[in-house]
Amino acid sequence: MSSNKKYWKSVEELNEDSSIVEALQQKEFAEEIPTDEFLGNKEALEGSSTSRRDFLKFVGFSTAAASLAACEGPVTKTIPYVVQPERIVPGVANYYATTIADGFDFSSVLVKTREGRPIKIENNKLGKVNSGANARVHASVLSLYDGNRVSRPTIEGEGVSWERFDKEVGARLAALGGKELVLLTQTFASPSTAKLIEEFKEKYPNVRQVVYDTISETAALDAFEAKYGFRALPNYDFSKATTIVSVGADFLGDWQGGGYDAEYAQGRIPKNGKMSRHIQFESNMSMTGANADKRIPVTPSEQKMILAALYGYVSGTTTSGLPAKLDDVVIKTKEELRKAGSGAVVVSGIQDVDAQNLVLAINEKLNSAVMGTSNPRMIRQGNANEALRLVDQMSSGSVGGIMMVGVNPAYSFPNADEFVEALKNVDLTVTFSSKMDETAILTEFVGATPHYLESWGDVQMTKNNFSLMQPTIKPLFDTRQFQDCLLKWTDNDKSYYEYIKETWNGMLGSTSWSNALHDGVFESTSTVSAGTTSSGSTESAGSAVSPSASATKLSQSEKGNGFELTLYTKVALGDGEQANNPWLQEMPDPITRASWDNYLTISKADADALGLESRHVANGGLNGSYVNLKVEGTELNAVPVIIQPGQARGSVGLALGYGRKEAIQEEMQVGLNAYPLYKNFNNVQNVTIEKAAGEHEFACVQLHNTLMGRGEIVRETTLEIFNTKDKEEWNDVPLVSLNHEETSVRSPEVDLWDSFDRSIGHHFNLSIDLNACTGCGACVIACHSENNVPVVGKSEIRRSRDMHWLRIDRYYSSEETFEQDNQKKDNLSGLFGDNGSLGGFGELEHAATQNVQVVFQPVMCQHCNHAPCETVCPVAATSHGRQGQNQMAYNRCVGTRYCANNCPYKVRRFNWFLYNKNDEFDYHMNNDLGRMVLNPDVTVRSRGVMEKCSMCIQMTQKTILDAKRDGREIEDGEFQTACSNACSAGAMQFGDINDKESVVYEKKQEDRMYHLLEYVGTKPNVFYHTKVRNTSKV
Amino acid sequence: MEKVNIRHSIFRTLLLSMVVLFSFSQTSYSQEDSGTADAAVEESDSGASGAEGDVAAGKELFNSLCAACHKPYKKATGPALHGVSDRHDRQWLYEWIKNSAAMIASGDDAAVKIYEEYNQTPMNAFPQLSHEDIDNILAYVEQPKPEPVQVAGGDAQVDAGGGYGSGVSTNVVLGILAFVLLLLTVILVLVNKTLNRFAEVNGVPIVASEKRKPIWKAFVENQFLVLVSSVFLLLVGAYFVYGFFMQVGVDQGYAPVQPIHYSHRIHAGDNQIECKYCHSSARVSKTSGVPSLNVCMNCHKSVSEVAPETATEDYTKDFYDGEISKLYDAVGWDTETQSYTGEEKPVKWVRIHNLPDFAYFNHSQHVSVAGIACQECHGPVEEMEIMRQEAPLTMGWCINCHRETKVKVEGNKYYDKIHEELSKKYGVETLTAAQMGALECGKCHY
Repeated sequence: MSSNKKYWKSVEELNEDSSIVEALQQKEFAEEIPTDEFLGNKEALEGSSTSRRDFLKFVGFSTAAASLAACEGPVTKTIPYVVQPERIVPGVANYYATTIADGFDFSSVLVKTREGRPIKIENNKLGKVNSGANARVHASVLSLYDGNRVSRPTIEGEGVSWERFDKEVGARLAALGGKELVLLTQTFASPSTAKLIEEFKEKYPNVRQVVYDTISETAALDAFEAKYGFRALPNYDFSKATTIVSVGADFLGDWQGGGYDAEYAQGRIPKNGKMSRHIQFESNMSMTGANADKRIPVTPSEQKMILAALYGYVSGTTTSGLPAKLDDVVIKTKEELRKAGSGAVVVSGIQDVDAQNLVLAINEKLNSAVMGTSNPRMIRQGNANEALRLVDQMSSGSVGGIMMVGVNPAYSFPNADEFVEALKNVDLTVTFSSKMDETAILTEFVGATPHYLESWGDVQMTKNNFSLMQPTIKPLFDTRQFQDCLLKWTDNDKSYYEYIKETWNGMLGSTSWSNALHDGVFESTSTVSAGTTSSGSTESAGSAVSPSASATKLSQSEKGNGFELTLYTKVALGDGEQANNPWLQEMPDPITRASWDNYLTISKADADALGLESRHVANGGLNGSYVNLKVEGTELNAVPVIIQPGQARGSVGLALGYGRKEAIQEEMQVGLNAYPLYKNFNNVQNVTIEKAAGEHEFACVQLHNTLMGRGEIVRETTLEIFNTKDKEEWNDVPLVSLNHEETSVRSPEVDLWDSFDRSIGHHFNLSIDLNACTGCGACVIACHSENNVPVVGKSEIRRSRDMHWLRIDRYYSSEETFEQDNQKKDNLSGLFGDNGSLGGFGELEHAATQNVQVVFQPVMCQHCNHAPCETVCPVAATSHGRQGQNQMAYNRCVGTRYCANNCPYKVRRFNWFLYNKNDEFDYHMNNDLGRMVLNPDVTVRSRGVMEKCSMCIQMTQKTILDAKRDGREIEDGEFQTACSNACSAGAMQFGDINDKESVVYEKKQEDRMYHLLEYVGTKPNVFYHTKVRNTSKV
Repeated sequence: MEKVNIRHSIFRTLLLSMVVLFSFSQTSYSQEDSGTADAAVEESDSGASGAEGDVAAGKELFNSLCAACHKPYKKATGPALHGVSDRHDRQWLYEWIKNSAAMIASGDDAAVKIYEEYNQTPMNAFPQLSHEDIDNILAYVEQPKPEPVQVAGGDAQVDAGGGYGSGVSTNVVLGILAFVLLLLTVILVLVNKTLNRFAEVNGVPIVASEKRKPIWKAFVENQFLVLVSSVFLLLVGAYFVYGFFMQVGVDQGYAPVQPIHYSHRIHAGDNQIECKYCHSSARVSKTSGVPSLNVCMNCHKSVSEVAPETATEDYTKDFYDGEISKLYDAVGWDTETQSYTGEEKPVKWVRIHNLPDFAYFNHSQHVSVAGIACQECHGPVEEMEIMRQEAPLTMGWCINCHRETKVKVEGNKYYDKIHEELSKKYGVETLTAAQMGALECGKCHY
């Protein structure tokens, strides 16, 4: 009964003789399958001991093992001390006062330690000078746990013991004969070290010390020394200032050692209708310029002429050689200075003895109470000329040995190449460094030095203000301080600690050694001093050049060819000492908001002329053209460009401190080394620019630079309006429509929600004063270290996946002022035409090119009482506490990111990846050493969860618990967050709003108070203070 | 009748084996009584009176005044006192005990020798002791050393025998019961078979039971029943699956073996040492802290062995003494020279209570502020020979306590204002922790 039907698969089969049909009947495929090819190397395959069967076994076994392992919790070991130190209680933090003095940053700080490891830097509030730690100082705790540190002394790259190191160096020192040994050091500003070096010189008379600062302040030091006979820098108290005129001085940044922002901010908060007036002449847009009431973009050569003209006007002349427009500004400035009386001050960042001479003369003429010369700053001692001469002496072979301490000339010398060559002529080369840096790898002997948190020291901040350095952890590696080595080599059995104690024996003024160590700071008028006698300089007191001669010289200074380049240091990286610190690399620059890079800043007009552009690309990143720079024959190629609003035409800027390669993790070898352009230690250079091919990819966290006339975000007014007009006129409460009637948004009727009663217990509020905020970013790093915020790396930042809980937004005005932006927006009508909104908004998107206003606004989670994020969370992972915090339970979060989408302030951060123990993100959280910096009270978040500012609930909870345990009430000022604690400027005030005596309550009642986007009705617990600009004209 | 014979033989073997089994369990029981032996040994020395002086009064005095530095039979801070009357004459001893410093100062040879031998550690002066008191003390220390080996040996036997016996006896009883049951079933089957055969032989017709529909078939045909029972089965299954998942990561009862067998029963139970004497950081810190070894040495410098009565059925005195020597080994204490060698080997304890990293718990909040006894969460620690995790440490367990526990506000100024206002608002006398805000996520998760 079988069917005779024949099924055929192709026409070919109908042809019975077909060979293909025949072949196919035998085999499935007509052609041989190239198994050999896709199995690759047959030999290797056969040689492999893993068969397919083995592979399956492995898979099966590992699956089984994994599921078995998942069933049983891991065994956790706990190892107590054998003998517990008296002061350490596991789980309780200890604080020690110490001092950072790395040659660039000098600051009195408090160090928080947990179980014996430093985890955070805080401001030492007892300190009177330089006690406000900047971002770098806050981040310095992470540099302690840098895996690239040298772990032991080395001789010719080979690790040795200290005994052998001492023996060999000692032998070589003796072998030098009478040949000169140069000690090339950083500024120590340490009386004990100065004394010790003198003793060293006694033993080895052929020793000469050359102090050199990577960023030179030689001009200012020389001018001061010539005038006052003491090598130091004047100390300014900006809190006394009523009118500040800065000619190219970034005094809120690192100018003359920095640390002036706290006092400056005091004068910026309007009190009794008064605040300081700040006029800034500068070429680069600096943080200082951004804070100024009036900023005049001028090139460096113009700055010199302005300073000369200003001197002229102050001393009574009536004309200057300036162009009419600038002349007018200078005359007005002079008038303002005159009116301010003793509250007037002029500062300058021009690296020119004549300019600095004029500054001293002007301030003297103005009878300025702001500039203090009796208690001058000691934290810059370098002599650039001597350092430059040293290279020649080394090449000529007159230097027998060189010992370098805390400096890295092979990287940071302007003529580093020559230095490296000259170093070959020196017999004995010793470096004291904590890293195998550019210099250390070239020297025969490398003494591994400890981090400042592992060291002893004393620092003379100013002539009468001292600060002590004490170790907060046992040295992590086999390191020894330079000073301890000197003691050994001068046959002194004492440790450096004993030596310091002896130095200060009976000289501590009114305090005792233990008290001084406890406080970290003390005042003394002792004769012990870190001051160096300047051997190189021939001038002495009274021999100063007359100011008028200086003025004449300055006014004749000519502009060179091409562009004028101003080299500056960024808030994040400074001189580059901490380039291997991922927190600092990832910290966005306050002005450009770009991280992980340095770049050439150029004005829009110049960029257009050169055909350069910086543009946003489709993935949301910022791209910029490349240029090649040439300064006196030195070339720097492929420098990326950012078009900087406010950059003076004809000038460009470039940050120093980048481009380090040695002892730097690969991810952090970013940017370009600009030191070769820092000719003769002068930060202003003539440069020629030509466009290069290609485009640079930046990691910039803020792409929208203007406010588009949305005064709701940053409120701003002038001192005049603030003083004369009603609050409603300049800081009105937004109105919303309720039943077609305009109703105040604060009225309970417009509220969608029933308000929760928060009048009982604590209710935390954070006040942010936009007048006091200088944008320095210390809070950003403090938040990082307090809250274990991960570092995500350049490419993630470029994708806008930054994890900063606290960002400092920077906005440029589109017109000349923000007020004009608002008016322009209000006057837009219709779509087209001159006032059409299509064109109008397009224009508002672009920042003004020259005269631009800048405002900084720190934004973190606003802890809304009616939080939009809380209502959309499907798993109730984010909820509200009675104390006002918007709480985030990471273990509950499933990562829908609805909350981030619904947040009007865009402050929520999503963990796109696992950032700890993940080789893809090889930063501090990926190694045992780096993880020691983590705060054990804060969860380290995992992949796929949302995180955000918690208002440092761990800190408020700790304060409450301490009070409960002591059975007492909490006083105002006890509650702090990491950011408010770090803010030395006082821009952030945190506290309990239910405490009617508290500062934050007082702040909330002020007229300047407003909420961010208040019309949304979120009722935030963070509030801001309207920025007031002192535009008063004379 | 061959078959009957066979049956008999089976029966006999069964009976025989039963007898054998019972007799075994009897023997293992018989050893349990020997524990009373050591008590008798103890009694023997306390009643007896020395040559001169009252031993009982002497023991009391010794324990209150001397025991900190001296042991009767062993060197401690000071020399072993047994045999001291032979080494020195009575008058010398009176003088020495009352004021040793004076004797050393006066240059007495024997006194200076001892002073030098014990690292120049002066002995406290006891001028308050009368000659009679000293006689009593000497009477106590001069008693012959009891034979601890014998006692410990007895203990060991008890330990081995008793422990084994109690474990086996229940098993044996159960086994016998099962065996009897099996036996009965077999008998039943055999009887049934025999009866059937008798019936067959005698021609009695066996009414075959009517073949009914098998129950499983009926069940399958009843769809309603199938539905109900499968729903039931699924629910039961879900219950157990849920139960299984809920216990994942809950380590209630976790009692790991520790590198040193530390008995909370002896320290917190028998010796009544306050928990926070050793776990002192519980007062001020988030962690209660595993005590550092120097804390152990506060007492164990002089306590180098346990009293014989400390030994239990499970652990002998030798065992405990061995554990103490492990401590000495770790801390680097040389018992011979009574000094630290400096060779420290930190102890790697196994952590028992492990909260996940995302949960913040602070001991001082609960211990110091709320005044909660340690036992509330850690269970009867003073009874635990081996420390274990008593509470489940789940979030539900925490929350439950926060809901029920009243806040301890008395005498705490911090709570004055907030408690007055809040209790008024909620209309309660005293607030619970929950009403105080202890249920908010952010209080424990940050």
